[in-house]
Amino acid sequence: MTTPAPESFLELRDLRIHFPTEDGLVRSVDGLSFKLDRGKTLGIVGESGSGKSVTSLGILGLHKGGRAKISGEIWLDGEELVGASADHVRTLRGKKMAMIFQDPLSAMHPYYTVGAQIVEAYRIHHNVSKAVARKHAIDMLGRVGIPQPDKRVDDYPHHFSGGMRQRAMIAMALSCDPELLIADEPTTALDVTVQAQILDLMRDLQSEFNSALIVITHDLGVVAELSDDILVMYGGKCVEYGTAEDTFYRPEHPYTWGLLGSMPRLDREPTERLLPIKGSPPSLINVPSGCAFNPRCAFAGRTEGKATTEVPQLLETDGGHLVRCHMPRAERRSIWENEIKPMMEST
Amino acid sequence: MPGSDPPGHSGRTIVVAFIVRRVIAAVLMLAIVSMATFAIFFLIPRALGQTPEGMASRYVGRDATPEAIQGAVKRLHLDDPILVQYGRFAQGIIVGQDYSLGPRKAECPAPCFGFSFNNNQPVWPTLLDRLPATISLALGAAVTWVVVGVSVGVISALRRGSVLDRAVMTIALAGVSLPIYFTGLVSLSLFAYTLGIFPGGGSYVGFTENPVMWFQALVMPWITLAFLYAALYARLTRAGMLETMGEDYIRTARAKGLKERTVVTKHALRATLTPILTIFGLDLGLLLGGAVLTESTFSIPGIGKLVIDAIRSNDLPVVLGVTLFAAIFIVVANLIVDVLYAVVDPRVRLS
Repeated sequence: MTTPAPESFLELRDLRIHFPTEDGLVRSVDGLSFKLDRGKTLGIVGESGSGKSVTSLGILGLHKGGRAKISGEIWLDGEELVGASADHVRTLRGKKMAMIFQDPLSAMHPYYTVGAQIVEAYRIHHNVSKAVARKHAIDMLGRVGIPQPDKRVDDYPHHFSGGMRQRAMIAMALSCDPELLIADEPTTALDVTVQAQILDLMRDLQSEFNSALIVITHDLGVVAELSDDILVMYGGKCVEYGTAEDTFYRPEHPYTWGLLGSMPRLDREPTERLLPIKGSPPSLINVPSGCAFNPRCAFAGRTEGKATTEVPQLLETDGGHLVRCHMPRAERRSIWENEIKPMMEST
Repeated sequence: MPGSDPPGHSGRTIVVAFIVRRVIAAVLMLAIVSMATFAIFFLIPRALGQTPEGMASRYVGRDATPEAIQGAVKRLHLDDPILVQYGRFAQGIIVGQDYSLGPRKAECPAPCFGFSFNNNQPVWPTLLDRLPATISLALGAAVTWVVVGVSVGVISALRRGSVLDRAVMTIALAGVSLPIYFTGLVSLSLFAYTLGIFPGGGSYVGFTENPVMWFQALVMPWITLAFLYAALYARLTRAGMLETMGEDYIRTARAKGLKERTVVTKHALRATLTPILTIFGLDLGLLLGGAVLTESTFSIPGIGKLVIDAIRSNDLPVVLGVTLFAAIFIVVANLIVDVLYAVVDPRVRLS
């Protein structure tokens, strides 16, 4: 107990999750802090390997007992979880906090019926008979929009279509009314039409349960749809944090600009090219010195050489809007307004 | 595509249809096995230039007169076309055969595998006679190796890289590599002849005769035979567990808040054991057809010992009988495994 409990429902303070490997220390999450209140949604955005999923598994305590070295603080409803015993965190999993995984075909056990898997999740935290739990499972399947839930409850995951499986996964995660729900790429494996249905469903269920929701994705469309706040991660660190509006309409970090430019949009001319981010995500063992994004940043030259020598701080630019960039605020804004935004708008 | 087929009634029909298909396949398989066996024992010698008389001479003893040999050719119909011979052979197995000629009565009721050269006894009853010893040996060993092998494999996988894991896997490697006639003889010399804890070779008695002595006589053969298989199963289980524990659905099980023990036993072990079940069925089927090395080493009067003795004395009908008998076990074991697999792995029923 280093610091007093926060007021927010969920708060991460300087969370670090490192994995020692033979090749060196992998700094998957390197000093991440954020707050989230009940009923609010936080979108965590970043490329593969930016530390999004490691963060979510860390909150659930699923790295405990493994090789990971975890430091910092995770406060959930007034309780600190990093220092808590693995068994105590286990009792919170499923009940207090639950997770929706991507690719529900591999995330559900192939040998048990969908119903049996929901029943199991429910009975871990509720001392009820199998019959009662089964009724609850059917009820949950119905609530996530699965037709004929009393029949489908006895189906195996492979009998379900992709969208139905994701609904079943959501029903399983919600079966114990979790107060914190983490959805890791909830729609990545789905058709676009089904994606929209699942996002609607998650929004409805969130307002019904008043839970705190973290949506992890590399798809900015998904977070734009759902989130109150957006956290952009790069190389295990937060590079930009703000309300959805700030992040979409007044982004100040070159990486966020890159993410927005990489998003295909209907309102652009088909002849116009996307604006991809050049290069690939950094190795988390040998993170580039200075700003981790500098080798891929088109504006690294405008930082008076600090980009490669000094790690930038995450600083507030406006009320609650945080950016980790060496460029002066005025310059970032002028680049966005005069160089990036016009390029992204249709000519 | 695995679409939306409702469970319950139609699901059960699929399982029944699956079982029927497998049974038909098994019967066909047995027919093919009988042809192959017949070909080995009758067609190939003929193809290599053996005359019907030459083949018949084996049935009548060393110093037979030409008349006796001719009589045997007639009696056994060795001069018939090969297809007719096979028909007679198959008929013998299904409905029995009458080899009587003149005053000599030689009825061979179904399933007829002929008579032993050595003692003129019909082969089938001899086989049945030897079966209890083989079953005792195989089942006892199977229980031992499954329990030991799977538990060792699971513990090894969960403590991957630990001293325990390395030690156990080294022992397992030794177990896989050491032949039974070595481990068997070493344990006989040590535990039976030096320490005198267990009775030595050839002390087998039937279970119904004396259960205590039956057990004592079988402890060492069980352990010796099980050591080999336990080592194999420990390695298989360990590899399977390591793979399964990395699956997404194991992470899901943990994310639900399940206790680690439940995650391992209910979720990981279930998926790991399914492929091992297949191998187990085949191994057991193979052993029921005679554990040749173990039975010889410990002088257990089972099918394996029978066939070794028969081969040594050129007792063709017995060798043929055991071959077919063993094949039947393997085919039946295969059938049972297939059906069990459909029960255990719901995804199999669709294909």
